[in-house]
Amino acid sequence: MKKINTKREPFSDTQLLMTITISIFICMYMSAIGFLGGGFLHVQQLFDMLNDNASLIIVSCGLTIVMIGGGIDISVGAVTSLVVMSCVLYLSNGGNIFVSILLALGIGLTFGVVHGFLISYLEIQPFIVTLAGMFFARGMTTILSVNPQKVSHEGFSALRDIKIEIPWLGYTAKNGNLVPARMELGVVIAFICVVAVFIVLKYVRLGRCFYAMGGNQQSALMLGINVKRTRFLSYVISGLLSGISGFVFMMHTGAGNATNAAGMEMNAIAASIIGGTLLTGGVGNVAGTFFGVMTLTTIKKIVVSSGLNDPWWQNITTGGMLCFFILLQSIVLTRRNIKKKAKI
Amino acid sequence: MKKSFKNIFSNGLGQLTIPIIAIIILVVFNLIRDPSFFSIEITQNNEGNNVLSGNLISIINGASELAILAMGMTLVTAACGGQDISVGAAAAIAGSGFVKILKSGDTISGGKVILAFLFACIVAMLFGAFNGTLVAVFKIQPMIATLILYTCGRSIAYWINGGATPTFSSSIVNAIGGFIPGIPIPTPVLIVIAVGIIFKLVFHFTSLELLTQSVGINGSAARLNGINATFIKLLSFIILGLCVAVAGSIGVSRLGLINHETLLLDIEMDTILAVAIGGNNLGGGKFKVGGSIIGAYVIQTLTITLYAMKVSSTDVKAYKAIVIILLVVIGSPVVKAKFGKLMSKFRAGKGNACVKGAE
Repeated sequence: MKKINTKREPFSDTQLLMTITISIFICMYMSAIGFLGGGFLHVQQLFDMLNDNASLIIVSCGLTIVMIGGGIDISVGAVTSLVVMSCVLYLSNGGNIFVSILLALGIGLTFGVVHGFLISYLEIQPFIVTLAGMFFARGMTTILSVNPQKVSHEGFSALRDIKIEIPWLGYTAKNGNLVPARMELGVVIAFICVVAVFIVLKYVRLGRCFYAMGGNQQSALMLGINVKRTRFLSYVISGLLSGISGFVFMMHTGAGNATNAAGMEMNAIAASIIGGTLLTGGVGNVAGTFFGVMTLTTIKKIVVSSGLNDPWWQNITTGGMLCFFILLQSIVLTRRNIKKKAKI
Repeated sequence: MKKSFKNIFSNGLGQLTIPIIAIIILVVFNLIRDPSFFSIEITQNNEGNNVLSGNLISIINGASELAILAMGMTLVTAACGGQDISVGAAAAIAGSGFVKILKSGDTISGGKVILAFLFACIVAMLFGAFNGTLVAVFKIQPMIATLILYTCGRSIAYWINGGATPTFSSSIVNAIGGFIPGIPIPTPVLIVIAVGIIFKLVFHFTSLELLTQSVGINGSAARLNGINATFIKLLSFIILGLCVAVAGSIGVSRLGLINHETLLLDIEMDTILAVAIGGNNLGGGKFKVGGSIIGAYVIQTLTITLYAMKVSSTDVKAYKAIVIILLVVIGSPVVKAKFGKLMSKFRAGKGNACVKGAE
């Protein structure tokens, strides 16, 4: 049964930006396979990228919600680091694994609630509040322990070793053994978070309120949306996801370090921007954010495997790509706005 | 006379209320804790000069880079309604350029230092212009536009240095970062005063202050009134670039080496904080450079106080955060309004009591 759309819906800004990101990611990965071959041919490479960045994906989801609502949260990396350190110390001193999960969620939630309260009910600028939150979390991490800590807990080790193996996606190693593609448990959690946030943003009333609030706060207020509560909830969700991300980070590294997740907040912001979320609010999509993280990682992998081994090239190329994406988005959106105005 | 004094007390200080109250609280707290905290002594440094030393001097000296950057950042904030988060990275690049010229020959002469400083200024202004173009021409939010340089700036500095942390020693450069022989005041403090005077003169003789405010309050209205908003925004970033070059050169001269990772680390956050504590609206519009300077000294006083209380340098951040939150909560409009209502109720109650007494 074919259904012909006579009235074609034009792309919204959100969809357009996301499509650009996804197509660029695919082009980049394809060209990496074409020119560099080798590791990029194996599915394991893709899985490795996911394994390394599961916590970044989760954090970026939360940040995307905050950014769609027109705010900013730069404390996410520091909160992740604090959660890792406190959970590691708790588990090393013979704690219970379920309690440690609750501890992770509790720390994240506390930060989210405090940020949300200060920002939405006391009307303090979000940048300052979350900056203070970032300072506080980083400071607390070093107060807890300056030295790196390793987890020695049986239950946790068992949980950490759970890996999802998919044999038919694996490859045959040089000695003839089949190496199955391995995925960590954290990636599954990350996928669940992405899907949950996607559903919330697309089909739940709260999610639509985020878009309305970010697009135009005044009209959202006139539509009868409780703007203060919506903004409060956006920070709470972000905090909660930072807590989850901290636990996933710990499952990946198995150790706590004061410099854990350094610079994660800026990576998360960059991923959201590449994924088509605008800092002004109202535009964005969590699927785009996911591909934003993957694009960032692919750039770094390509730089490393194409032989630019000097330590500075990774960051310089990342900056260059970021510049390219930001300019592209700006030009595309400006052109669309001019066209829209011309139509009117 | 009395009336005007009362006016100043109730609302004349305006946006400067919070930073001034903060600095008074910090000073009083320190005096109670240790009455000799602010004592100044004259000591001899390694080169045999008589110099001033003490906690007060180290506060004023240590905040120099922060104060200079805060002045530039105030302009950017006011004009663009956003902040530049790349100042630390740009300062590392400027510092690398400064050292690159210094190290190019065998000896370091006075002329070469000036040449190196000019080179650092040009480099920093170019990067400022890059940020400014993204913000003003392409209409990208400042934080995102400067995220590019924030990501790759320190790596560019590393690249300029050729993967090393070059050191140098020269009496002229030491004089910039430390003391000029015969003058007991640290040179960075003199530079801050000079930069402050330049800002004051520019505001006095040009209409930059007014233009910046009007662009910040409503860009399109300013454009309709014949103000070139794009140019003003670009100019604010270029001025910030100059401030970055000065701050970077001071930072390099202080240490006698350039380390791309640690030079002015995390200063972008402190700078934005100084602007916010100074009572400036981070969303653009009206601004007071003086407030930002006081904000910078508040932050440095807080840091030195915490150091004096034997808090380790990595833990300072946590305590700093608590003080920041307290400050912004006191300054928040909602709390102010609530407090004002409470006060007026209290006053009304008192008034009624008086009237009743008279009856």
